[in-house]
Amino acid sequence: MIPAEFDYVAPESLDAALSALREGGEDAKVIAGGHSLVPLMKLRLAAPSLLVDLRRVPGLTDVQRDNGTVRIGAMTTHHRVSASRELGVAAMAARTIADQQVRNRGTIGGSLAHGDPASDMPAVLLALEGSVIVHGEGGEREVAAADLFQDYLTTAVADGEILTEVRLPSADGWGAGYAKFNRRIEDWAMVAVCAAVRKAADGSCEDVRVGLTNMAGVPLRATAVEEALRGSSLDASALASAAEQAAEGTDPPADLNASADYKRHLARVMTRRALEEAVAGA
Amino acid sequence: MSAEGNGHAATNGSNGLHVGTRMRRKEDPPLIQGRGTFMDDIALPGELYAAFVRSPEAHARITNIDTGGALAHESVMAVYTGNDVDLDAGLPLAWVPPGVEVQAPEHWPLAKDTVKHVGDPVAVVIGTNRYAVVDAAEDVLVDYDPLPAVVDPEAALEGGDLVHDSLGTNKVHEWSLGGEDVEAALEASDVVIERRFVNHRTAGAPIEPRGVIADYRAGDLTVWSSTQVPHFLRLFLAIQLGMTEDHIRVVAPDVGGGFGSKLQVYGEEILLAWCSRKLSRPVKWIETRSENMATAHHGRDQIAYVRMGASSDGTFQALHVKIIADFGAYMMLLTPLIPSLGAFVMAGCYRWKSVRTDITGVFTNKMATDAIRGAGRPEATHYIEVTIDQLAQEMDLDRIELRRKNFIGKEEFPYETPVGIVYDSGDYAGTLDKLLGKIDPESERGRTQDGKLRGIGFSTWTEICGLAPTRVTGPGGLGVQAGLMESALVRVHTTGAVTVYTGTSPHGQGLETAFAQIVADKLGVDPQSVDVMHGDTSQGPMGLGTYGSRSLAVGGESIAKATDKVAAKARAIVAHKLEAAAEDIEVRDGKFSVKGSPDKGMSLAEVAGAAYIPAGDLPEGMEPGLEETQFYDPENFTFPFGAHAAVVEVDPETGKIDLVRYVAVDDCGPAINPTLIEGQVHGGITHGVGQALFEQVAYDEDGQLSTGSFVSYALPSAAELPSFETDRTETPSPVNSLGVKGVGEAGTIASSAAVTNAVIDALRDVGVDFINMPLTPMRVWEAMQEKGGVSA
Repeated sequence: MIPAEFDYVAPESLDAALSALREGGEDAKVIAGGHSLVPLMKLRLAAPSLLVDLRRVPGLTDVQRDNGTVRIGAMTTHHRVSASRELGVAAMAARTIADQQVRNRGTIGGSLAHGDPASDMPAVLLALEGSVIVHGEGGEREVAAADLFQDYLTTAVADGEILTEVRLPSADGWGAGYAKFNRRIEDWAMVAVCAAVRKAADGSCEDVRVGLTNMAGVPLRATAVEEALRGSSLDASALASAAEQAAEGTDPPADLNASADYKRHLARVMTRRALEEAVAGA
Repeated sequence: MSAEGNGHAATNGSNGLHVGTRMRRKEDPPLIQGRGTFMDDIALPGELYAAFVRSPEAHARITNIDTGGALAHESVMAVYTGNDVDLDAGLPLAWVPPGVEVQAPEHWPLAKDTVKHVGDPVAVVIGTNRYAVVDAAEDVLVDYDPLPAVVDPEAALEGGDLVHDSLGTNKVHEWSLGGEDVEAALEASDVVIERRFVNHRTAGAPIEPRGVIADYRAGDLTVWSSTQVPHFLRLFLAIQLGMTEDHIRVVAPDVGGGFGSKLQVYGEEILLAWCSRKLSRPVKWIETRSENMATAHHGRDQIAYVRMGASSDGTFQALHVKIIADFGAYMMLLTPLIPSLGAFVMAGCYRWKSVRTDITGVFTNKMATDAIRGAGRPEATHYIEVTIDQLAQEMDLDRIELRRKNFIGKEEFPYETPVGIVYDSGDYAGTLDKLLGKIDPESERGRTQDGKLRGIGFSTWTEICGLAPTRVTGPGGLGVQAGLMESALVRVHTTGAVTVYTGTSPHGQGLETAFAQIVADKLGVDPQSVDVMHGDTSQGPMGLGTYGSRSLAVGGESIAKATDKVAAKARAIVAHKLEAAAEDIEVRDGKFSVKGSPDKGMSLAEVAGAAYIPAGDLPEGMEPGLEETQFYDPENFTFPFGAHAAVVEVDPETGKIDLVRYVAVDDCGPAINPTLIEGQVHGGITHGVGQALFEQVAYDEDGQLSTGSFVSYALPSAAELPSFETDRTETPSPVNSLGVKGVGEAGTIASSAAVTNAVIDALRDVGVDFINMPLTPMRVWEAMQEKGGVSA
């Protein structure tokens, strides 16, 4: 498994990284933990001419709380996220990513910028209505989760830009659950669901958000489930009935071990389980 | 834990002997320190690197190959295509039995005019830079004219598109074993059930892929290869390159797993030797994982129509198994033999009036199949054991009692089955009883508190090991085109240290340790002073390698016999020196001593000293020196057996299966080292569970490989498995002096049936009473849907 030839730089500041990326042109690529990009390079499915490594750029591995919003540096590893109990469902989801070796190297920013619909963090970001900070030539901008995932492996992070930070709004008052289905513990999700529920004073559903993993070319929200549940009771039958809508508007990619029909079925089951977990914690 | 206790650090037993103890593996210290020597640890001065251009098409005519772009790379020295390579013979098929027509197409290391499967090699690029040859291989432009891909083996037999036009048929061969009277016996049965099995294709998936370094200089060729069969490889290198064995040395260094996939003579091995001779430089190739998944031979891949008949009281009458074996595109070393190995044990552990297996081999546009751990016997055991559960269900009989009722009794051995094979020894009820002492079937069934469907399944199995008695397998019998004897040379050095040369080729089993234990006890030395050498054809006599659970039963016995000869000579020397009778000399407390006078004796070092520096004081007529060679052709196969139970829980909403318990009682004869047995049983069970629940090599309808990496080829890890509960009984084999039978494949042969039966047991509550592997969540869910079972 030998990749095509490439150049490599590891700049010591964000500005230097941005200019290296700019100078490298359209075939230059940012590398964070490398656990999505390097396998693609070794299979020669990706052949960047230049890798700009962020490992020496300062300030990208901090986790800070700022008026309730959690700001997670893009280079924070999955392991660090999974070990940060205060990150709630993001930590729970990070714990399910691949294996310990991957979690030790892979990063939250790299995963979101790669935008693989089968990876775990996109659905979490969607369900929590988080955002990412992107730096480019013109300074920084904030991209909401809903606007980040544009097409298969394509995000709003443009050529020449670097995703630097992930923001998760305060989860106070919310319960959340992450239900993932795979064959082996190290596998990508066949289907996974992140659900967040906020209870009203009378115990009914004040608000709900559901993010789906691997149910289309992009990670997406299960809006039909949300609409069915918002304002309704949160008892078992209401959850089950809302979860039946989980496959609405999805376009799941089929593979050897999962037909589209089976994935739709799994989405319904996993949505119910994620909702039950979320309600139990709300 | 087995009955012998768990003293993992123990190196000798209470009787001072080492056989039977849990000696730690002698071979481990370098491996666990990262100081092993695997293929990519070897580098020769001036070596060149090879990269292959492989077909992306399942079936196509090559209309043009443009190597110009590749040759333009500065570091590339040569690009060869099929028509450049002149060999004396094509790649070998070693099994063409008398009276059986086996269609074997031409098979060369590089395709000449057409490619027959994805990954078929088309060209090789050789250069001085390991990275550049891979880049250059991408610049070899091959024009393909696609041909229809033959994928479905049953359709392939019915005519239509051909894999090999020159053969005029997709049928490889037909081969049968057993009763002409099977139809009559089925007709005389009160109950006959029929099932169609798909025993899907799997891969060996060793952690170290293949690799070769060939170094031809001044008429002598040395080849290092990650192989299970270095002596075979030397023989075929000689034949194909037009050389003789005295000018060829093959070395199998540390080999990072084979599982049968390195019991092969591969085109890459031959071609690298040819390239080295052509270029007068060492040439190295290390396989990528993608290449390994596509082009190391696969295993299994059978469709079987099984009919089983019994009388109304459950007495077995007849078993007929009709196998369609998908062999892929080429005949490799043992391809058409593999399903026959299953036919030998198609009677299982049971008495029958008639058993018959009919095998039809088929060409398809896929990688060839050949031996993968178990090789024919896992398939056979699966058919027998799953169908017995089906029969029990059909007849409303207890599946355990049904087995017990039909077991061959332990007093009936040696037992000739209706297929003409003679089982050496067994106590099938004994292993089953011991198993049932560890697990209560009734408490392992039903709905769990969290709504899962729990079920238990059994597999009481036997298999055939100890390849091979020439009497049965040789040209007069099965027609294997080589003797399958084994060799040993035991050399005692002047200081009393011992070197053992074995013709087997251990690659992870722990055989260096087991062999040292055997030798140590016979010569009264510490096993640490017994060095076991293997895998180098320039050292020690010709041998056949490690596969088919043969290395202890055939290789170990060769060593035992050679050591007995050494010990006999040592006794004669001691008797002469101490003026005692040779028959009164015994090995005791590390010495050859006179019976009844334990203080009167000589250590092996003293004996060796006397043997090498005789000064005229050896017994009359005795040669000096202390080493002996033994070639050994066993009288019969050996037949390990056991009883396994699997417990699963199925999620009725998703179809996902959790294997929650696995209990195994194995009998491979007396233990040389219980820890090594447990290691083999654990790995073997995992391999069979892998086939049942996770692993599958899949091609799509166009012949494209869908499982080209470890993402899609799902090997189970420890996280997917329970901690296995293992135990043993010991029924010696009368075939060899050690009484041993073999254990490397036992777990694999047993486990796919136990797991499948457990899943069916769990699913019966929801109306599913039969299902084929691989038992993926989707397949289980779909089966439940079809039966109108529960769903979310």
